[in-house]
Amino acid sequence: MAVAAAAQTGFDFSSASRNAYLAERGVKLPNATSTGTTIVGCLFQDGIVLGADTRATAGPIVADKNCEKIHYVTESIRCCGAGTAADTEFVTALISSNMELHALSTGRKPRVVTAMTMLKQHLFRYQGHVGAALVLGGVDSTGAHLFTIHPHGSTDKLPYVTMGSGSLAAMAVFESKWQPNLSRQAAIDLVAEAIAAGIFNDLGSGSNIDVCVIAPEKTDMLRNYIMPNERVQKEKTYGFRRGTTAWTAEKIRSLIINEEVTQVGNEAMDTS
Amino acid sequence: MDHFPTNWGRPRNDAFDAYNTYPFHVRPDNGPRDAFADNVQRTQQPIVTGTSVLALKYKDGIMMAADCLASYGSLARFKDIQRLHEVGKFTVIGASGDMSDYQYLQTTLDELLISEEITAADGHSLGPVEIHEYLSRLMYGRRSRLNPLWNSILVGGVKDGKSFLAYVDLLGTTYSSSTLATGYGAYIAQPLLRKAVEGREMDIDENEARKIMTDCLRVLFYRDARSLNKYQIATVTDSGVAISPSMELGTQWGFAEGIRGYGAQTQ
Amino acid sequence: MPGTPSIQRPTQHQFNPYSDNGGTILAIAGADFSIIAGDTRQSEGYNIQTRYAPKVFRLTDRAVLAVNGFAADGNMFVKKVKQRLEWYRHAHAKDMPLRAIARLIQTMLYAQRFFPYYVYNILGGIEEDGSGAVYSFDPVGSYERETCRAAGAAQSLVQPFLDNQVYFKNQVPPPGRAHPTHLPLRDVLDIVIDAFTSATERHIEVGDGLEMYIVLAKGRTLQGVEAAQEISARTDGERVFVLRRDLKKD
Repeated sequence: MAVAAAAQTGFDFSSASRNAYLAERGVKLPNATSTGTTIVGCLFQDGIVLGADTRATAGPIVADKNCEKIHYVTESIRCCGAGTAADTEFVTALISSNMELHALSTGRKPRVVTAMTMLKQHLFRYQGHVGAALVLGGVDSTGAHLFTIHPHGSTDKLPYVTMGSGSLAAMAVFESKWQPNLSRQAAIDLVAEAIAAGIFNDLGSGSNIDVCVIAPEKTDMLRNYIMPNERVQKEKTYGFRRGTTAWTAEKIRSLIINEEVTQVGNEAMDTS
Repeated sequence: MDHFPTNWGRPRNDAFDAYNTYPFHVRPDNGPRDAFADNVQRTQQPIVTGTSVLALKYKDGIMMAADCLASYGSLARFKDIQRLHEVGKFTVIGASGDMSDYQYLQTTLDELLISEEITAADGHSLGPVEIHEYLSRLMYGRRSRLNPLWNSILVGGVKDGKSFLAYVDLLGTTYSSSTLATGYGAYIAQPLLRKAVEGREMDIDENEARKIMTDCLRVLFYRDARSLNKYQIATVTDSGVAISPSMELGTQWGFAEGIRGYGAQTQ
Repeated sequence: MPGTPSIQRPTQHQFNPYSDNGGTILAIAGADFSIIAGDTRQSEGYNIQTRYAPKVFRLTDRAVLAVNGFAADGNMFVKKVKQRLEWYRHAHAKDMPLRAIARLIQTMLYAQRFFPYYVYNILGGIEEDGSGAVYSFDPVGSYERETCRAAGAAQSLVQPFLDNQVYFKNQVPPPGRAHPTHLPLRDVLDIVIDAFTSATERHIEVGDGLEMYIVLAKGRTLQGVEAAQEISARTDGERVFVLRRDLKKD
């Protein structure tokens, strides 16, 4: 009986193993909202352009028609998230606040590689159970940088990247049209076209195109840069006559409270 | 009632625990079972495979393209294979998936043509519509016997001034559209094809169609690990079928020069 | 992992002869008409196979069939129903009545009880008494005549809307009045269009195009409905029209 003491250090993944075991036995685990998404980023002459669609899904149902997938990390570092919505939101918020603290303690503008390293170490520690697939981009003292970070913690550094269920459609656009030193507007147009390819060809992506341009001097978040999927007007109006809903009992209660105040004593208040 | 059809018709199991009364670890194994499963062997996975086939409609007819690779798993096994095939005077088919099943289909179609056109000699000939109908019945029939031909096939052609382009796969699923792509092409090339072609089929001439096709094949070669930079393009127009010899794609890898590492590395 | 009993058994990779191709269909019966509608997107997983694959088919001048589920089974089933109706026409020199088609579809579906067509059918049209009718089926042939029915991917979104707007479920009528038993054609068309545009908003597999088949009883006209294309074989009996609309493509 010398075994027990050995396995006491490190992380405990027994909950994850238990959940996998229960799932295999037919227990339904709650399913999280996923942003089955198209997110992209590309380098241009002065910085980075990030792009995202705005559809969030829960299985085949659209959970949010206009969600925001480009998250704030620092003023000149932003991060697009695909995968489990809660994971992408919390992991970017966590790293954002740690980056702020890091900036305050070093007294310098934080770097993109710092955010990338914090994110990959966090994700690697959780062995893929934090289901965030990220496109991280930004500009710092060393230039413009663009990364993808996979849920298990691996990273890529490339001039143009895509992620999410629409990544193939978007990457096809980049592979046929991207070139070095694009102008700002050409890069925005290319990113918008890549996102549009995801929106119209991938069922997990849809609704509007968000774009974020990060240049050394400033960052422009172009929320709903293009809205190619506005709903047409409904044929009918669906008002309901007062009294449409059935009821079994009626009780009317006055919400006005009448209070009688009786003054006790007549000394003036001490206002000294 | 169990509403999922794949669970229906299974042999009844009296030990079935319909109300989940057993604790997990003593539940009976109710996995799918078939009394004859041990005694019949069928092709249940593709062996030597071809990747995507692309096709589009343009002003003069249809254009179809495929690369020349037949893979053996991840091995690039045969690098000069024809995956486009002429069927009669009006039709081209292109296949992805298992190459042996595809060669069987070629023989079957050639025999069909002999019996329908040469033996019958009734003045009627098979066009792309008929070939597609025949193929889809054949594929659906095989899937219904649970012995599928493991392919996704595009059928394109022009007959009597009408162009036709359609898809059929191992399940017998069919559909048609002005641009089509099988395999990875459905995810990578189809978005580009739709953007280039949808709504302007009648404005695209052969040169533009060829450019669209080679652009898509190039992107596929960049991104599909089972593809090759050698390809063929077939056209079907009023003047008949033409399948090109194999050609090589020009590719660009210049962007890779500046990339260093995957993270903080700079040298 | 310590403490966990090993429950590994050999995994068998089996060919799955079924697939789900998404989409939604619905039908609503009026007093002397029926509307049968379906979207035209065919998908598999997150991939759009085509933006135009019809799911609604004219069988006769008084019967229209909508099929939804596994597309290969659906197309084969429609093909076989049409073949049986043609044989009937050759044998009896008339079109099969709607209720007979409904029973035929039941027997054809149940014939495949142990290898079912993975298809939900909705049959709409005009009965011999001139009334609009809708029959809905499950994949193995259980069927029922109804006033309205939705099926397919967005059934769970559309059917409650129809229950509320067509059957007036959860709506108390104004004092001294009753809900109408049948709605006029224009209102039904509006409900159908709104059902599909709404399903397109919230279900990823619904979209691209909408096809609405309108079947009119003998003698009734399309009054109040914009140009619908007529596809009936004769114009002196029941008549069939198609109306098409675009849906969002994302």
